[in-house]
Amino acid sequence: MWRMKGRTRSAMGQATTVLVTLFGLLVLTFVIGRIMPVDPVAAIVGEDATNDVYENVYRKLGLDRPLYIQFLYYMRDILTLDLGVSIRTGRPVVEDVLHVLPATIELATFAIIVGAGLGVPMGVLAAVKKDRWPDHVIRIISLLGHSMPIFWIGMIGLLIFYAGLGWVGGSGRMSQFYIGLVPEKTGFLFIDSALAGDWDVFRSALNHVILPASLLGYSSSAYITRMTRSFMLDQINQEYITTARVKGLSRPKTIWRHAFGNIRVQLVTIVALAYGSLLEGAVLIETVFAWPGFGSYLTANLIIGDMNAVMSCVLVVGLIFISLNLLSDVLYRVFDPRTRAE
Amino acid sequence: MTDPILDIENLSVRYRGATEPAVRGVSFSLGRERLGIVGESGSGKSTVGRAILRLLDSAEITADRMQFEDVDLLNASERQMLKVRGRRMSMILQDPKFSLNPIQRCGDQVAEAFRTHVRASKAEARAKVIEMLNAVQIRDPERVYQLYPHEVSGGMGQRIMIAMMLLTDPDLVIADEPTSALDVTVRLQVLNILDRLVHEHGIGLIMISHDLNLVRNFCDRVIIMYAGRVVETLAASDLDNAQHPYSRGLLAAQPRIGGSRGPLPVLERDDSWMQPEVRS
Repeated sequence: MWRMKGRTRSAMGQATTVLVTLFGLLVLTFVIGRIMPVDPVAAIVGEDATNDVYENVYRKLGLDRPLYIQFLYYMRDILTLDLGVSIRTGRPVVEDVLHVLPATIELATFAIIVGAGLGVPMGVLAAVKKDRWPDHVIRIISLLGHSMPIFWIGMIGLLIFYAGLGWVGGSGRMSQFYIGLVPEKTGFLFIDSALAGDWDVFRSALNHVILPASLLGYSSSAYITRMTRSFMLDQINQEYITTARVKGLSRPKTIWRHAFGNIRVQLVTIVALAYGSLLEGAVLIETVFAWPGFGSYLTANLIIGDMNAVMSCVLVVGLIFISLNLLSDVLYRVFDPRTRAE
Repeated sequence: MTDPILDIENLSVRYRGATEPAVRGVSFSLGRERLGIVGESGSGKSTVGRAILRLLDSAEITADRMQFEDVDLLNASERQMLKVRGRRMSMILQDPKFSLNPIQRCGDQVAEAFRTHVRASKAEARAKVIEMLNAVQIRDPERVYQLYPHEVSGGMGQRIMIAMMLLTDPDLVIADEPTSALDVTVRLQVLNILDRLVHEHGIGLIMISHDLNLVRNFCDRVIIMYAGRVVETLAASDLDNAQHPYSRGLLAAQPRIGGSRGPLPVLERDDSWMQPEVRS
């Protein structure tokens, strides 16, 4: 019974934290929207509009009301998922975002799988072989990943693997030929094509995502490798590792069963962070690969001052980070008995 | 002495990157008895224990002879050592707060020691663990099996550690300061459990400690180490008659109940003590 109560309480605490963070996020986007040196009315009516038209739109947007009333309207709009209309595309921002976000989520998800799949084992190996040649080689590999600009590796990657070897698809999410073939249900190309049973499209999508995702993954693996290495070094010197060896466990078993188990919590945190920044910040690679994703959408809108769209994107990024945080909190509890409610 | 379990001659250990060896020219042999190794911090006593178990990957170990029963510890492969460690030779570490894996259930950790060496089903291993937890006087072992290390007290943690290390009925157990992290009130209790089990199973015990009284009461023989060398070896009952000035210094530095309240003498050190031991 006590256990239950503790758990409920901690879940409530979590919910409160999320709500407060969300509220803060709304305040922030609202305030930024007001102080940006972009006149929302002028953006709609144009520079040459008459005063009458200007006044009319000004009132229609509710800009004549006091700030707190405006904020309440803003809250209501957000809660009813009315993010306004994008000036650039002329469509509701919600529709736009639901269209571009899945593209980025697909790219970022493949990228983080590559990044963690590469970074974690390399980090563990580097820690186990500290100061010996595997450690040095791995350090060079991740230093390269860290220091080569992503747009540059993007272009070189296209040059070699697409133009040269022809192993992968070129730019875009799939071959031109397939665009519009499968009905867009979820926006996730892999899910949609699987639902439609169109495996050609599925293969084409895989062919196209593999290169940008690998390159992004490689570049984020640099950070993951470095952190994994230092987490592992911390654990390897702990006494319980000695205990495990005294029991007669082989080195690999000691490492994977004991040391690795103890870095999972920290790993979850940094992988979630890396995933978050892939979701918001894949602009450069999206540009190089003409990937119709969230990053390109945000950048395009930012450049022309389409504030409805930009602020909505900021909100989405905030939401992504809040959910990733929530997810890692849940995983903490799974991985570390000490964090479970007492 | 009965036929020795462990025979060590002229053992030296040098850590990688160190100019001076941490242990030099240590020789002793051990039968089915309890041997105490005492000395100040840094005297090399723990290093000896870890060298015997071949746990020092980054150290250079040399000796004229290092024989554990039929195993030549100097030349044994890591593969052979995996069969020795935990099965025939084990070690109790200092502080259960650090020596137990924080994210695994205590019972599972003990069971792992068993299942590493004995082919057994989970249920068999579990039964064996419960039996062993009973033997170290843990009440309600079924419940303790399920607990995580942060949920048990230091005394109980150390009893779990003892259970883990004696479960496979080894011939030699090295106890590296097994009670120095414990509360004074549970120290004796834990020591008595260890002592009884060692006695019942005829295990050879090396007790590494800096506590002279503990060693006096729980060991048959005592080795006194200083600066990586053995300066004196003597029967525990003769401890008060130690000859070597360093040993005498250690004894003199102990406060006594009812004794003088004046300042205790400071340990003297002398370079000439780096010479080979005085046998008595």
